[in-house]
Amino acid sequence: MVCTILTVFAATVDLNAYFPGLNIIVALTIAVFKAALVVLFFMHAKYSPKRTQLVIVASVFWLAIMLFMTMSDYISRSWT
Amino acid sequence: MHRTGELYEQYRTLEQQRETASLGMWIFLSTEVLFFGGLFMTYTLNRSTYPDVFSEASKTIKLWPGALNTVVLIASSLTMALSVWASQVGKKKLLPIFLIATLILGTVFLGIKAYEYHDKYVEHHIPGWNFNFEPGADAATNAHAQLFFSLYFGMTGLHALHMIVGAGLLLWLLKESLRGRFTPEYNTPVENIGLYWHFVDIVWIFLFPLLYLIDRH
Repeated sequence: MVCTILTVFAATVDLNAYFPGLNIIVALTIAVFKAALVVLFFMHAKYSPKRTQLVIVASVFWLAIMLFMTMSDYISRSWT
Repeated sequence: MHRTGELYEQYRTLEQQRETASLGMWIFLSTEVLFFGGLFMTYTLNRSTYPDVFSEASKTIKLWPGALNTVVLIASSLTMALSVWASQVGKKKLLPIFLIATLILGTVFLGIKAYEYHDKYVEHHIPGWNFNFEPGADAATNAHAQLFFSLYFGMTGLHALHMIVGAGLLLWLLKESLRGRFTPEYNTPVENIGLYWHFVDIVWIFLFPLLYLIDRH
């Protein structure tokens, strides 16, 4: 738990510095890492029964389907 | 409405009863993931279509209130996790203290958010209301910057609404905890409202880099 706060401090301060193209990737990786820590430890997902963990994975998976399919449509529209 | 943790007839054990309540909360939270997901989808699409204007618009938002709010919110998640812990091990005096701490941190977050919204008002950055991105910006830039700020207000506004609902739930938890209702045998409301609070925290963890940190170097 204390570790989460530390990563936040590190993340929020470091981010504005020098990552020209990697910026989004680094920002989102840190966000995913922080979110994963919150889910696993604050929300006790690590110690939950398997079916609860399945619901968590499913919600992320469905979100990924939405993002992936919509974006692959929009990006490929100009490919004709 | 006055449950105290007795076993209901459809469950075999108290543990099964607790796990069921938590599973139900998680299912609700996955609908929330998709609810916010729609907004994140809209954001991704518009940002990939108008990358330059989005980065210009994002730069006009002050960084420090957002960064401070991230820290405040993570801290409130910590105190919320401590509340859940206190209710599970039966620290009846500690529980209201942690709940009050969570409530204060949540209110600080909303206060800073209100300050940021006021900034946007002063800068004429509220979409549809005297919107003027920058002096001399052409019509297209203005329109696309409005898109960014519509998403900014839509996403942070919906998030703030969730915080307000959460604060109301926390007040209720505080009232019940002062009456000593939560015991190691029965703390489902603390646990489930805790899950909700952490979820709202996670939404902010993603909103912060996406809205504030587009192009800051």
